[in-house]
Amino acid sequence: MKIIVINNEVEAKEGEFLLAALRRQGIKIPTLCNIDGLDPSGSCRMCVVEMEGRPDLVPSCAFPVYEGLKILTHSERVVTARKAIVELLLSNHPDDCLYCVRNGNCELQGLAQEHCVSERIFSGSKNSYKLDYSSPAIVRDPAKCVLCGKCVRVCEEIQNVACIDFAGRGSKAYIGTAFDEGLNVSSCVKCGQCILVCPTGALTERSHIDEVMAVLHEKKKHIVVQHAPSVSVTVGEEFGLKAGKDVNGIMTAALRKMGFDRVFETSFSADLTIMEEASELADRIQNGGKLPMFTSCSPGWVKYLEEFYPEMIDNLSSCKSPQQMLGAVIKSYYAEREDIDPKDIYSVSVMPCTAKKFEIDRDGMGRGDTSDVDAVLTTREFAKMIRMMGIDFNSLEPDGADTPFGIRSTAGKLFGASGGVMEAALRTAHYFLTGKELEIFEIKEIRGMKGIKEAKVMIGELEVGVAVVNGVGNAQKLLDEIQAGRDDIHFVEIMTCPGGCVAGGGQPIGADPEKIKARMRAIYKIDKEETLRTSHNNPDIKRLYDDYLGKPLGHKSHELLHTHYVERKDIMK
Amino acid sequence: MDRAVIEGDPYRLIEGMAIAAYGIGASKAYVYLRAEYPLAIQRLKDAIEVAKTYGFVGNNILDSGFNLEIVIKKGAVAFVCGEETALIKSIEGKRGMPKPRPPYPAVSGLFDKPTIINNVESLANIPNIIREGAGWFNGVGTENSKGTKVFALSGNIANTGLVEVAMGTTLKEIIFEIGGGIPDGYKYKAVQIGGPSGGCIPESEIDIQIDYESLITVGAMMGSGGLVVMDENTCMVDVAKYFMGFIQSESCGKCIPCREGTRRMLEILERIASGKSNETELETLERFQSVLHMTDLATIIQDASLCGLGKSAPNPVLSTLRWFRHEYEEHIYERKCRAKVCKELLTFTIIEDKCTGCTLCAIQCPTDAILGSKKHPHYINFEKCIGCGTCLEVCNFDSINVE
Ligand code: SF4
Ligand code: SF4
Ligand code: SF4
Ligand code: SF4
Repeated sequence: MKIIVINNEVEAKEGEFLLAALRRQGIKIPTLCNIDGLDPSGSCRMCVVEMEGRPDLVPSCAFPVYEGLKILTHSERVVTARKAIVELLLSNHPDDCLYCVRNGNCELQGLAQEHCVSERIFSGSKNSYKLDYSSPAIVRDPAKCVLCGKCVRVCEEIQNVACIDFAGRGSKAYIGTAFDEGLNVSSCVKCGQCILVCPTGALTERSHIDEVMAVLHEKKKHIVVQHAPSVSVTVGEEFGLKAGKDVNGIMTAALRKMGFDRVFETSFSADLTIMEEASELADRIQNGGKLPMFTSCSPGWVKYLEEFYPEMIDNLSSCKSPQQMLGAVIKSYYAEREDIDPKDIYSVSVMPCTAKKFEIDRDGMGRGDTSDVDAVLTTREFAKMIRMMGIDFNSLEPDGADTPFGIRSTAGKLFGASGGVMEAALRTAHYFLTGKELEIFEIKEIRGMKGIKEAKVMIGELEVGVAVVNGVGNAQKLLDEIQAGRDDIHFVEIMTCPGGCVAGGGQPIGADPEKIKARMRAIYKIDKEETLRTSHNNPDIKRLYDDYLGKPLGHKSHELLHTHYVERKDIMK
Repeated sequence: MDRAVIEGDPYRLIEGMAIAAYGIGASKAYVYLRAEYPLAIQRLKDAIEVAKTYGFVGNNILDSGFNLEIVIKKGAVAFVCGEETALIKSIEGKRGMPKPRPPYPAVSGLFDKPTIINNVESLANIPNIIREGAGWFNGVGTENSKGTKVFALSGNIANTGLVEVAMGTTLKEIIFEIGGGIPDGYKYKAVQIGGPSGGCIPESEIDIQIDYESLITVGAMMGSGGLVVMDENTCMVDVAKYFMGFIQSESCGKCIPCREGTRRMLEILERIASGKSNETELETLERFQSVLHMTDLATIIQDASLCGLGKSAPNPVLSTLRWFRHEYEEHIYERKCRAKVCKELLTFTIIEDKCTGCTLCAIQCPTDAILGSKKHPHYINFEKCIGCGTCLEVCNFDSINVE
């Protein structure tokens, strides 16, 4: 179909919205509230265009194309309206850019610049709000909120949590939580997906930069750091590299430069998780335990289950997440080996995730008053620290992780992409149950971005049904099926974020689906190219069991590597 | 007036709905009613029950094989829920916020089903039209606006209440014949028609016929059918400010032009209507400038807002500006309110000849702005006067002059 844009005929597709057609033509239309893939809300009005036959301006994000439609995208009337909209937003905005996390990476700033806003046209009262600092993971600053509603839609429509919504009317409208109690008493699962879509600094992670910096400068403690499997394929984007460029060694080098005494990879403890989790699965299958078993490495998902499906808590694997497992063996096995008092160890993790900040404070994530992990930096915070410390990231020489956890298998690395835990676990479960290695490692059906992916895998004589969910909002369908009696599934991997950790709430802002796919591909490439592809063959893992843990699910494992869950039926908990 | 229909003759509505539902093949109909109209709710409920027992509502109506369920949905009085997409959201149990059209409700509306939305008044007209025929209905009214219209007459008028007039009746007839004119010998100034987002009609246009097209030519609209009459003691800037305040607090807050734009407009009006003795030059400049921004702002709010509420929000300002520009100018440049409504712009003086020096005003003045000694004429210090009007109220000798 043809539409007419500024007197030029342009091809458009039946059923699409005007904005999509214009973008394909390379015509840049500003938006604040648009989320690709969700129903348009039409609220910000930045994308308005002039349309023949219509008295008012129409929002291109929400207007379905029709044959012969005639529009002007940058007429005086349109540009004036857009500029005024930005000016109106600014008239109720704190002039705080220099103190703002999004300075330099803020869509509102960008729009003001694009529209040559240079003068304060509208002046008047501004709303005053309290910062919501209640959550250990997410900080909300309603003063910077432009009410685009993206967080609300992501939280409800993608994550199926719906813990924030519009409240109030007129200029006093705001995004709030139930009873205005703050995010931490709501059902928020701390996934941080809202941060990724927020155009401004109204939503951000609870920063641990200051405390980590202080410890680094003091140098009084033995400071160790672990970095998660997915971060090496995303952090490069913060330094101008292509999405999916693996900078694992450079990251390690950067961390050493920052002053960390030891640098470990969470992929190592992902191998450890697989040892425990695959054993648990084998045990449940052989001894009639609760099935299907759910993975427990994604803390947002764990909270989701506790919140919305507490009756299924027994299905959750009792394994701690790789972050917590490594934290636990650092402050036990490693501490003993190096003869350091665990209290003198400061353990930091670099994570793609905001929920990890919540996970470290969960009950049972430590022994006595030593916690497994002391601080969590998101990929974004990590990049900030690199800049702050004057490290020229792109000129560093790659370096390797430290002993005694220096070797990881690619199975551990797979944790970064949706479906990866499942593939890794099946490799080891197969070995545990049959004594033989799988012949083909790749399970193509459970790779990619589809919300729910399923496969059947033969382990010896047994057909094992597996399902992989990414984006916790997709879990409901499967959980409901299971509750309704579906019994052909033995093992379910659920990642809180759509795409898995590569698209976690702590990752660089502004990733489109293409970038996320590139990040995923990078992880599978690593798996394909290396030779150590199974957790149970990792020599450092074997040593850890031989020297210290004994065997998977053994006494020591239970003390260090497993945990418990709580029912959160009440919203106030 | 819809409430009056429901309270007075709910069967008309039920019959109208049943006919309309039959016409479009709908099996479920909702009446969205303000929860604070318990009488209307009760009477409608009872009427639906009665209609059911007679087989006019429910399954297999009058053996036609047609089924209709009528549900009463109580709403929480948000003005924006008069907008059809917001109304749908509200019935769905969500926050009443409009969404962009298309898709229009007729294609995808309540719970994503095709939905037709009409006012109670329209539906209640159907039974009579069907019974008496279209010719009967079209017999009254004008060429393009047929039938009658109910108005809620209020304000500075002798007879307030609901009036039903034929389309095409002149405004003059409604006010001076039906309404009985302006009480207390005051002069007519304007009428606000069409609710908070309608427009005003000045004396020069009082002979206008009330129909859809004519109203638009003077910048007003039929809207909800509200008709507020204002006499010469009404300040038109104050009127605009009042309506803008209402709209601002009823905006759903979803889209930026309406949420932030109406707020800034309201502030501009407040600035015009208020005066400070110690206004800085910058503030004076801002007052002058903001007026320049006002019409631009109005255009953008009309042009870019999402729903009808925002698009029509600037109407009261634009229409008062159109017909009463001089009042705005007096407020802005001369700092005067001719209707003596904008208190901060008033100058209070004491007429020496009349003042007996009783001291009552000086005692009551909250800011001690009145000076003078007993039995001698008093004097008001401008700098201290806040224009509260206390002296005017307490003086027994009519010696306070206000302008
Ligand atoms: S949110 Fe954007 S515009 Fe607002 S203070 Fe932060 S950087 Fe500046
Ligand atoms: S962190 Fe996740 S669950 Fe919490 S408000 Fe944001 S999107 Fe919703
Ligand atoms: S918090 Fe951010 S995403 Fe949410 S409405 Fe405000 S600006 Fe939009
Ligand atoms: S125009 Fe006003 S009421 Fe309508 S959607 Fe926008 S903010 Fe809400």
